[in-house]
Amino acid sequence: MEYVISVLLSGISVGGQYALIAIGYTLVYGILRLINFAHGDVFMVAGLMGIYFTATLPVTASVPLVIFLTVVLGFTIERAAYKPLRGAPRMSVMISAIGVSYLLQNTATYVTGGQPMTYPVIPFLSDTVNVAGTQTKWVVIITPFLVLILVFALSLLIGRTKVGMAMRAVSKDFETSRLMGIKINSVISVTFIIGSALAAVGSVLFFTNYPAITPTAGAMPGLKAFVAAVFGGIGSIPGAVIGAFLIGICETIIKGLPSSWDVSVFSDAFTFALLIIILIFKPQGLFGEAATDKV
Amino acid sequence: MVQKKRSYTALIGITVLLLFVILLENLGNFIPGLPQVLTPTSPLFTVLKKAAVYSLVAVSMNLLNGFTGLFSLGQAGFMLLGAYTYAILTVPTAQKEQVYYLFEGCAFDFSLVDMFEGIFGNHGAGGAIAMILACLLALILAGCVAGFFAYLIGFPVLRLKSDYLAIATLGFAEILRAIFQWQKLGKVTNGANMIKGFPTFTNFNITDSSGAVILRLSTFVPFLISSLCIVVIVLLINSSYGRAFKSIRDDEVAAEAMGISLFKHKMLSFVISSFFAGVGGALFAMYVANAQAKAFTSVMTYEILLIVVIGGIGSVSGSVLATFLYVACSEWWLRFLDSEQYIGNIKVPLLRNGFRMVVFSVVIMVIVLFFSQGIMGNREISLGALIRKFSPKKERKQ
Repeated sequence: MEYVISVLLSGISVGGQYALIAIGYTLVYGILRLINFAHGDVFMVAGLMGIYFTATLPVTASVPLVIFLTVVLGFTIERAAYKPLRGAPRMSVMISAIGVSYLLQNTATYVTGGQPMTYPVIPFLSDTVNVAGTQTKWVVIITPFLVLILVFALSLLIGRTKVGMAMRAVSKDFETSRLMGIKINSVISVTFIIGSALAAVGSVLFFTNYPAITPTAGAMPGLKAFVAAVFGGIGSIPGAVIGAFLIGICETIIKGLPSSWDVSVFSDAFTFALLIIILIFKPQGLFGEAATDKV
Repeated sequence: MVQKKRSYTALIGITVLLLFVILLENLGNFIPGLPQVLTPTSPLFTVLKKAAVYSLVAVSMNLLNGFTGLFSLGQAGFMLLGAYTYAILTVPTAQKEQVYYLFEGCAFDFSLVDMFEGIFGNHGAGGAIAMILACLLALILAGCVAGFFAYLIGFPVLRLKSDYLAIATLGFAEILRAIFQWQKLGKVTNGANMIKGFPTFTNFNITDSSGAVILRLSTFVPFLISSLCIVVIVLLINSSYGRAFKSIRDDEVAAEAMGISLFKHKMLSFVISSFFAGVGGALFAMYVANAQAKAFTSVMTYEILLIVVIGGIGSVSGSVLATFLYVACSEWWLRFLDSEQYIGNIKVPLLRNGFRMVVFSVVIMVIVLFFSQGIMGNREISLGALIRKFSPKKERKQ
């Protein structure tokens, strides 16, 4: 029983962390129809920045700084690598995204010297707490609530503000919303800013619970978050969050199965199997609108 | 007529290239005191071997991405299948116990090398024939296994479009990687450990009875196999199937209206591309002298994709050219960026382990953003045109 609770708790927390990344994917895909392969690496860079800043600055100063710089990074990537290709075929933009991902990973290897970096202990988040007889970290408890608060704030932003309205319009129809006087470029920038900020928050939560950061640490969570976004219906924020929680829980369950079965190697593969099943049977995802351009 | 003449020129060109490779490799036997670059241990030959292997994979990816317009990212998965098929089939039975020691031997006691050596004997000319036939058969089977899996995967995946196809094939590659690392299959795949002990490129060097090398063929072999495969791909691209592929790339709806069966041709392209990726994977295993699932990550696919982009999407010769440039830069010419350098007494800033890859990725980004055509765009290098271009100068010299 205690084992089940601890698996579920960490599943929910991993799911929450995926959710924060998945929102970045789903927003960008909804507007640009681009799988932003670099998003997972932005997440990784945020983690590395967290390590370097907490070494010199107090946590209260370094976390906001990390979020701010990740936003700047996301904004710069969009302006430098995606904006020049706005009229180009979708394949070119995706190749550019892969190129950015390659660049970020290689730069991270250069800066860290390729060594795995340990994430600093953040007071309170890293402290242990006793829940129903199992020892766990505070971050595990806090993550789902924080995710829900952030998602609530985000849905207010998208549903109630002018920027949000513009974002919805652009995701419905790129060309028409441009004709209606919406400044496409600033809407896209806002999307990247939101996505990067959430990824930065996600990185603080994810890596607190994780032994070390390597330059490729972002790729797998990134892909999984993308699968979560597809699972929930791309473009739908609640869908992405629910998909992420499901994937997080399933993954921890697979990892927690008896070691004699030896199936933990499939914890990543499972996510992709799920993706393929979803794409075949319900390509619009759980909450997505029926679109015709996927299949 | 023109077509025929062009194929003759190409054929002669490839033969000359292959002969040149043999000559280059064996210069040390004729001329003592060669410069370091031409000795068998020089990075030149590592680059040539690796580039020959990679160019086949790059061309196979280009067939799919550049000529059929299917954006697939599953190349590493098919390479993995090819590498493992080749390795499992050719590890000599005598070595199996040692290779699979963690799993107390391999599940099946069979090796193509042993089988052919049983027929032709294991030394002298018979041994050579046995080795060649075993490797050749294993390479073909490696391609077939990869192609067969592509056929199975193709049914669900090829209905998807652009980025969804990309992520689904990437997913399949990751699933394959997990399966091959599964300890439960250890008797076949050796789990997460590497398989080694199978024939590699160096086994093709001709030695005398004392073991001294008479004729080096370890660079020639990958060149030969790659160029054969690439010639087959080029012939395919120039056939009516190739034209159907290109029409699908340019406009699916129009192609279908012209009576081209979309699914059939997409599947054909996917299977053939995977076949050659499988052969390429087997060659890669021969190059690194081991097969390990850990090596075939999505990063490898990205690397090959970027090579294709640098060479020009839709140009076979561009892909080959880009592969040689890319491999030469990353393995040889830009190596100096990874270690500290001094100009006079001043230390050059920034140079340290990993800087080479940063420079590399910046160059790649510049190409992707500003030279989206790559080196060749969708043109091809034509040997005839090159000769015509350079021949007047020669006349003037005479």
